[in-house]
Amino acid sequence: MTVNRRKVLSREAVLAALDAVKDPEVPVLSVVELGIVRDVEIAGDAVTVVVTPTYSGCPAMRVIEEDIVAALESAGISGARVRTVFTPAWTTDWIPARAREKLRAYGIAPPGVSGVHSPVQLRRAEQVKCPFCGSADTSLRSAFGSTACKALHFCNACTQPFEEFKAI
Amino acid sequence: MTSAAPFCEYLLRLGDDRLVLGHRLSEWCGHGPILEEDIALANIALDLVGQANLLLGRAAAVEGKGRDADALAFLRDSREYRNALIVELPRGDFGFTIVRQFLFSTYALHQWEALASCADADLAGIAARAVKETRYHVRHSAEWLVRLGDGTDESHARVQDALDELWRFTGELFLTDELEQGLVRRALAADSSTLEAPWRRDVEEVVRRATLRLPGDVYWQRGGRDGIHTEHLGLMLAEMQVLPRTYPGARW
Repeated sequence: MTVNRRKVLSREAVLAALDAVKDPEVPVLSVVELGIVRDVEIAGDAVTVVVTPTYSGCPAMRVIEEDIVAALESAGISGARVRTVFTPAWTTDWIPARAREKLRAYGIAPPGVSGVHSPVQLRRAEQVKCPFCGSADTSLRSAFGSTACKALHFCNACTQPFEEFKAI
Repeated sequence: MTSAAPFCEYLLRLGDDRLVLGHRLSEWCGHGPILEEDIALANIALDLVGQANLLLGRAAAVEGKGRDADALAFLRDSREYRNALIVELPRGDFGFTIVRQFLFSTYALHQWEALASCADADLAGIAARAVKETRYHVRHSAEWLVRLGDGTDESHARVQDALDELWRFTGELFLTDELEQGLVRRALAADSSTLEAPWRRDVEEVVRRATLRLPGDVYWQRGGRDGIHTEHLGLMLAEMQVLPRTYPGARW
């Protein structure tokens, strides 16, 4: 271990390094912005990143864990560990406004407010705005899209299909 | 049994329901009636297998014998599986798949809601996450059930047949036993018998909107929780488990 690496690790430095780790399925957002990183624990030289899964079956989670360790390694923080917690359950409400704007600019409609819906409610009440033209004249094609976290919509105004980051 | 054994057994019941149904649903991948639906069914299958992975992982940790979720999924025979019979039946046509998804997802939603406040922090966290996913599953299948039931004569007849066929397998979901009651007293399980009334209320509402008719009294099929399964499970497991059993420890 070099002298340089022996400097005291700060939480800010670790979080800054983690900001380079993007979700492989939504490469415009970092794992910090998505709320996947819940905490950073520092004990001397040992760093533990506490994460929570998004969807139970999200296939990106293992890649994300490997990317976290690799990103810290390249920032000079070796041997970081990743610990998974399940409580509290991940929600899209944790995604900050700035990150939502990034999603929209990337072409994915950001999530609305997650809430309790009647389980047997048919159709959603709220309209999702088209990320390309801003029109609210859109229709839901499928609540299940190319990844677990997205839904498929169609914009009737600009006749473009688009994806929505589902509120959950 | 040690004090951990009943909880491990309970986690196997929860995990096996989702693993087997998730696998059945994954059989639609590439065979869905339309592209969006193919994707939707695969997504729901992914959620279910993901939930199963977490539940079996917790079961393995509680068991404490060095097994992991993969060992429980791929190296147990059908007699050791604890899923309810309804989830192992062949996928049938699209109508049959939708009716089963609706009946099971509605049950799972009430079960997860109860488990979200259980005394095991890991299971409570898994449940809190799964509640949100399961709401999407219920809505998806309920919308389809109304569309098919209140659709053409052909689609109506097919989902009514599926409901009649599947109904006798629903009773098993609400059976409770001494093992479960012992865990309920320790706030580690949802009492299955209390899930039936809210489930039935939801099912009746959607069935009515779908212009379908609930079947009358039937003989309840059971046995899955004790490892007594239909012939279908063994055939399904043979396909699901062939790779890890043929190449033990295979990695890719």
